[in-house]
Amino acid sequence: MINRGGGGQRPVGRPAMGGGWMGMGGPPGGKTRNLGKTLRQLLLRLRPELPLIILVALLGSASVAFAVVGPKIIGNATNVIFNGLVGKSLPAGITKVQAVAALRAHGQDQLAQLLSGMDVTPGKGIDYTQLGDLLLLAVAVYIAASLFTWAQGYIMAGVAQRTVYGMRRDVEAKLGRVPLKYFDSHSHGDILSRVTNDIDNVSTTLQQGLSQILTAILTVIGVLGMMFWISPLLAVISLVTVPLSVVAVIIIGRRSQKEFAAQWKVTGTLNGHVEEMHTGHALVQVFGRRRKAQEEFDRQNRTLYEASFKAQFLSGIIQPAMQFVGNLNYVAIAVIGGYRIASGTMSLGDVQAFIQYSRQFTMPIMQIAGQANLLQSGLASAERVFELLAEEEEAPDSVTAELGEATGQVSLEQVSFRYAADKPLIEDLSLTVLPGQTIAIVGPTGAGKTTIVNLLMRFYDIDSGHIRLDGVDTHQLAREGVRAAFGMVLQDTWLFAGTIRGNIAYGKEGATDDEIIAAAQAAHVDSFVRTLPLGYDTVLDEEASDLSSGQRQLLTIARAFLADRSILILDEATSNVDTRTEVLIQAAMARLRQGRTSFVIAHRLSTIRKADSIVVMDGGRIVEQGTHAELIGREGFYYSLYNSQFANAWAEGDGHKTGLDGQSPVPQGGAVRAGT
Amino acid sequence: MLIRLLRTYLRPYTRQVGIVVVLVTIQSVANLYLPNLNADIINNGIAKGDIPYIWRIGGLMLAVTVAMGIVAIFGVYWASKASMGVGRDVRSAVFARVQTFSARELNRLGTASLITRNTNDVQQIQLFLQIALTLLVAAPIMAVGGVVMALRADVQLSGLLLVILPVMAGIVGFMLLKGVPLFRSMQVKIDRINQVLREQIMGVRVIRAFNRTGFEQERFEQANADLTSTALRVNRIFVVAFPALMAVMNLTTVAVLWFGARLVDNGSMSIGNLTAFMMYMIQVLFSVMMAIAMVILVPRAEASAARIQEVVTTVPSIADPPDPVEPASRAGLVEFRHVTFGYPGGEHPVLQDLNFELRPGQTTAIIGGTGSGKTTLLDLIPRFFDVSEGRLLVDGVDVRRQPLERLWGAIGLVPQRAYLFSGTVADNLRFGNEHATDEELWHALDVAQAREFVAGMPGGLQAPIDQGGTNVSGGQRQRLAIARTIVKKPSVYLFDDCFSALDAGTDARLRAALRSETWQSTVLIVAQRVSTIMYADRIIVLDDGRVVGIGTHDELMASCEPYREIVDSQLGEAAVA
Repeated sequence: MINRGGGGQRPVGRPAMGGGWMGMGGPPGGKTRNLGKTLRQLLLRLRPELPLIILVALLGSASVAFAVVGPKIIGNATNVIFNGLVGKSLPAGITKVQAVAALRAHGQDQLAQLLSGMDVTPGKGIDYTQLGDLLLLAVAVYIAASLFTWAQGYIMAGVAQRTVYGMRRDVEAKLGRVPLKYFDSHSHGDILSRVTNDIDNVSTTLQQGLSQILTAILTVIGVLGMMFWISPLLAVISLVTVPLSVVAVIIIGRRSQKEFAAQWKVTGTLNGHVEEMHTGHALVQVFGRRRKAQEEFDRQNRTLYEASFKAQFLSGIIQPAMQFVGNLNYVAIAVIGGYRIASGTMSLGDVQAFIQYSRQFTMPIMQIAGQANLLQSGLASAERVFELLAEEEEAPDSVTAELGEATGQVSLEQVSFRYAADKPLIEDLSLTVLPGQTIAIVGPTGAGKTTIVNLLMRFYDIDSGHIRLDGVDTHQLAREGVRAAFGMVLQDTWLFAGTIRGNIAYGKEGATDDEIIAAAQAAHVDSFVRTLPLGYDTVLDEEASDLSSGQRQLLTIARAFLADRSILILDEATSNVDTRTEVLIQAAMARLRQGRTSFVIAHRLSTIRKADSIVVMDGGRIVEQGTHAELIGREGFYYSLYNSQFANAWAEGDGHKTGLDGQSPVPQGGAVRAGT
Repeated sequence: MLIRLLRTYLRPYTRQVGIVVVLVTIQSVANLYLPNLNADIINNGIAKGDIPYIWRIGGLMLAVTVAMGIVAIFGVYWASKASMGVGRDVRSAVFARVQTFSARELNRLGTASLITRNTNDVQQIQLFLQIALTLLVAAPIMAVGGVVMALRADVQLSGLLLVILPVMAGIVGFMLLKGVPLFRSMQVKIDRINQVLREQIMGVRVIRAFNRTGFEQERFEQANADLTSTALRVNRIFVVAFPALMAVMNLTTVAVLWFGARLVDNGSMSIGNLTAFMMYMIQVLFSVMMAIAMVILVPRAEASAARIQEVVTTVPSIADPPDPVEPASRAGLVEFRHVTFGYPGGEHPVLQDLNFELRPGQTTAIIGGTGSGKTTLLDLIPRFFDVSEGRLLVDGVDVRRQPLERLWGAIGLVPQRAYLFSGTVADNLRFGNEHATDEELWHALDVAQAREFVAGMPGGLQAPIDQGGTNVSGGQRQRLAIARTIVKKPSVYLFDDCFSALDAGTDARLRAALRSETWQSTVLIVAQRVSTIMYADRIIVLDDGRVVGIGTHDELMASCEPYREIVDSQLGEAAVA
């Protein structure tokens, strides 16, 4: 990966907290295709945590219960104050009934009615003992509510993190078990996004979504209960506003969702344009298209602006709309509540509590609306992760034979293989390689030279025939056993983020420092490594790309030296390597080949001519096979490939393809049967 | 970074932002006015039993609510206009800046990264701005308004704020001090785990070849456990915030009632004001909570802003000269005068002391091994890179003194990897010459040996081409790229090893046709294969960045050892014999 120079897209790390709480159009969240199945799988994963989840639910219920009781207690306390206030204004010594009668006598019917509904002792001021008791109770209830909420969150964090940890572990282990075909047939970006972005997304959903939704639902139920208990009439009025806000959210939400979809779509086309213009940057400049490119960009940018403006505006209205409905509710309660207090059928404290409840009521509904989006995208992500986990795995090894120290004898017997059932690739290939021999694999770029590598190392299993190492069928060996016989140096120099020492030591577990340095010396990279300030402890990472691609290649050769396997797979191609380093690489490779059986994806004629056998590939198939002399004598594809070097390119050609590394424009005819 | 970015790009929206602030202020004031009206209902309506008063004030509250709703919608409208407008402007600026980049800046920042910066990062900024304008602006106004209203209702009771606000500040400070660094370190660990996974996916062949699946699993396990423990700590800190703030809010209510009761009792405060006071306190605390929620968004927006700022402040290393000189001739004469070129920080110069010229009507070929500097040499002519020493002249004027558009106008480039743009065949052919007629296009296709397959494509010239030209074969792509350059009719043709995907017959016919097309132009061909360039008027042999031979094939065979070696290695002894 390191040599890719940041080519892979950098996943946007999603924080486990605070994301998407506004429901402001998160990622282009997919739809879950099979909701039921995904939910079931997710629940199955949560199963070991079931006791804790139940505990979380209980704690949640408790905290909601306390939180819901609070306003009622506060309301009662307000009543005590109001009662005391009114009581004080009445002369002491008379009863409440007398006071009401006196008020009526004075024509103050309204006040009399108010008083009749109150728990007042004329002449007595605020009952501080009662008030104190109530407020202490309130303090206890509120603190309990907060403690429970905290405990709930604390436990839920553990549940969510452990579950996600397990998911990550399983996904990674899965990547080690799926056949190579999976990596070759899926875009790396897609796989990566499943194991990173999607799991992050699931994590966020588990952490915030579940407990919030639980709390929100419980709160709605609890608050509704309290509201009906205090005043069924006001409760019904409040309930009327619920469908109002739900309808508002649905109508606006649906329209804004459409705009969000449009926004993501335009973002996609804009991305495409940017990618195209950046990739063809030099052409855009030399062909004088900068202005045109900018115009086109600006045109799409304007479309994007319009779409995202609409999306933001519409989704932005939801909150004020909810607030508006909430305020309507508030006004209705204040007015009707006021009227009912005045008529003595309700207490001031109850109205006050009611106002609080109505506020607590709209909040969770908004939360549910916001979390629904999050939940949806979280489930879509979970589905993608589960899809990966359900991928078919490599057939298990059936070990019936053991390979000792491999001598390097390889034989292919009537091997047939195809990637796709209807496209013949390798038919009936036979080839015997004696220890120490070199096999050159030649053909134009894209001719499928890596197919041979795939089969030899059992990255792919052959359809029929046998591949034998020292006479032992590789199918009878463990895959690890087969691969332990091979060393490999590919053009794609894969190094991992770690020290140079660690990267070389990758070839052999538990290698000593001396062995590592010896390998580096053999690969002509030791002296270079020593010029680095940290030497072998230099950490390679994506940012510090102070190693050239040639030096990377040398490191991978050192790795192969250290691994010291009897069979080698080498790719001679060297790209972006300066001449001096190229000489070093060639020398190191030649040295590495000494005494080892080698399969070389060859690019140099000298290698090809000296090879003990040449496998010629074109259009994904083996078209010819034999020694240089045999192949020249056959006057076939290899012959023309070789001779095209002499063709008079300026004159009318002879129709042969040129170049050992040119791209093959069209695959030729049917599969040529190779072999003897 | 965020502030600097916003200072530049928010400026054109000062008016909109102003409107938003005014609207949000109105909204906040109205929000605070509602409890005030409610207090009036309690004090004057309920306590005095004046029902008509209750209805009247109730109506007023309704009116305020409606007004607030309308104001809020306008607020969102202008906030969206401003924030999405800023997003649009930043995007446009980023793209425009990248357009001026030379190969050097483009390589340094990377295409993939530039795309992310132009979309994801800008998205982050505009989203942050949107939230800031709708909610963050409201928080301080609500807080200040709440405090003012509380003071108006009762100064003594407002003293409670002196206790509560420090407690709140304490909680917030704890979150910021403990939480934010942990949060950042969690991001690093997420990046780490992604890196390990990326490596495993990319290097799957190597890992399996070396049987290191177990080792990789261990490496991942470490990263996974590390991330999990940090994530757990972060989440456990953040779950304290909400209940703690709720507790403060609720306990404040209790305190208001306890102390307020005495004030109501001794007549210095009305019961309605007491209720209102509680609402004010809740408003203040709520705004503080809002502000905290926003603070979490800042580091992300900040990181995005830094990445955008890096692009828009990058000065292209190659730009139009301040006093451009327009060359008088348009013949296409290219002169290298002791040109040396090295990449910055590179130990050895890639090209050293090149001294030759490429003349109109001549075909010059450059040959040399991989890494000998052939493509780099070619890249110097259109100023993809500037020479380190010496001078490079086109039509008698140093390329660094020419207007870039003039220089590029003279050049026809066919790159090594033919790249086509999405659109039609005709769109692609007209890339360098918008006004070319269909006849001209067909002529160019004739020369490029591409007429046959284009005519065979459904729609002919109007046949669609996918991005990158992936729906035609490599050879067809190269021929279209050559035709595209012919349509442009440049005076200098640069062919960078672009005949490789053609079979020998097509190759030969193409070259023959090209000769008659370019007989007046300067032609430079870079090639790896001797057979491609053997018949050029002149061959320049490059070895390790130096010219080691100039001449015709025969001359070089006779005099130039490195050339003979190349020929040897490619053609074998048979050719020499």
